[in-house]
Amino acid sequence: MKRTLLATAAGVAIALASPAATADEELNFDAYRQMLADGNPAELYEMEGEELWKTARGPKNATLEQCNLGLGPGVVDGAAAQMPRYFEDTGKVQDLESRLLTCMETLQGIDPKLVIDGKFGRGEVKVMEALVAYVVTHSKGKPIAVDMSHPKMKDMYELGEKVFFYRTGVMDFSCATCHNDDGKRIRATELPNITKPAGAAAGWGSWPAYRLSNSQFWTMQHRLWDCFRQQRTAEPIYASDVTIALSVFMAGKGNGAKAVWPGVKR
Amino acid sequence: MKKLFIAPMALCASVAVAADLESRVEELMLKSFKESGIAKLDRQVRDDVQKACSSPTQPDAETMKRLEAAEMAKIQWPADGNYTGGDWKEGAKIAISGRGLTWRDDLASANGGGCYNCHAMDPKEVSAGTIGPSLVGYAKVRGNSDEVVKYTWGKLWNAKAYNACSNMPRNGYGGILTETQIRHVMAYLFDPESPVNK
Repeated sequence: MKRTLLATAAGVAIALASPAATADEELNFDAYRQMLADGNPAELYEMEGEELWKTARGPKNATLEQCNLGLGPGVVDGAAAQMPRYFEDTGKVQDLESRLLTCMETLQGIDPKLVIDGKFGRGEVKVMEALVAYVVTHSKGKPIAVDMSHPKMKDMYELGEKVFFYRTGVMDFSCATCHNDDGKRIRATELPNITKPAGAAAGWGSWPAYRLSNSQFWTMQHRLWDCFRQQRTAEPIYASDVTIALSVFMAGKGNGAKAVWPGVKR
Repeated sequence: MKKLFIAPMALCASVAVAADLESRVEELMLKSFKESGIAKLDRQVRDDVQKACSSPTQPDAETMKRLEAAEMAKIQWPADGNYTGGDWKEGAKIAISGRGLTWRDDLASANGGGCYNCHAMDPKEVSAGTIGPSLVGYAKVRGNSDEVVKYTWGKLWNAKAYNACSNMPRNGYGGILTETQIRHVMAYLFDPESPVNK
């Protein structure tokens, strides 16, 4: 029964989203989003992710059930809400996606390059997307709770803030060009002010998300990648330091606020 | 006595930390990116204006003035001093299109101006952004004196000449729009028949 309902929700979403949305539809999107809150098509990805988490894969033919996302091996509940975090074993600050790369490599023997050099929605990147949906759904309703105490987290936050204001490329844009003020829009799309806690939480806490306009589940790495595309920079490398630094900046700034993982977007 | 020595040293240390952070960010903005299609790594390196405007606070007034003068010198004015000749209908297409210059685009197809991403122009277009000021009734409100026309050309060509840290791209200087395209956008803003002035 649950599956039927979900499939219906996904069908409605696709049907409504496929014709070019008019401005009025975009502006009324909040109501539409609320309507879908109980049947987020991201749940289809989540189910796939749960299966992948428990399936033996890769050269080592192992599952991810011993993956340590920061709360101990195999603990998924609440883990995403506390990421990015500093991990002793890698000596690095990692977001959910870079941490999953570590687990896939160490536990399953899967080469991270398959994801880093891959294409969104395909191959191992598609696997990553499903895993992310699974993990973040287990932080649903939990507030953003990143531990900023480690010096490397503080350092990443500082770097992330600098990256946020870094104007570059043919159009002189930085993240701040669009996300530095309250109540602004690009066309009909509302822009969170990421320099303030509420806006940072709105940005950080509503991705990963299911995108109705293209029926795709986008991770935060995918979201940042597309921001840089529209900013007209060169292409950011998947899970690179820039993406981690920006993630720490947003999560740290939005710390304590409610999140809606996984979100629903136009 | 000791204090006198410590204070300048502490100042030096904090300046050194800031400079270090700056160079680390510059390195990060190169190492975390790869070239893709037309988007090469030179896009990660900032010029004077971009560097000075990469912080939550604007540079001091003197720096702003110096940067603006340098940008002003980069504006290409129409050779014959004639700002007309554009077609507002073509200008509308340019204002509406936000395409071009991403790593998925090629250089052969015309770029859009992306004006509606940030500005209201034709009052009938409800899907207009709010990052920039409303330009509804542009010529009706501002008139079409030589000063206004010249300023508008300059602003479209290189917005940083008037406000070094403006959010607006340098359309002409940056090679986003051609001179012909800028002429069309001028017509969209000034032509009494343009929906912007209806």
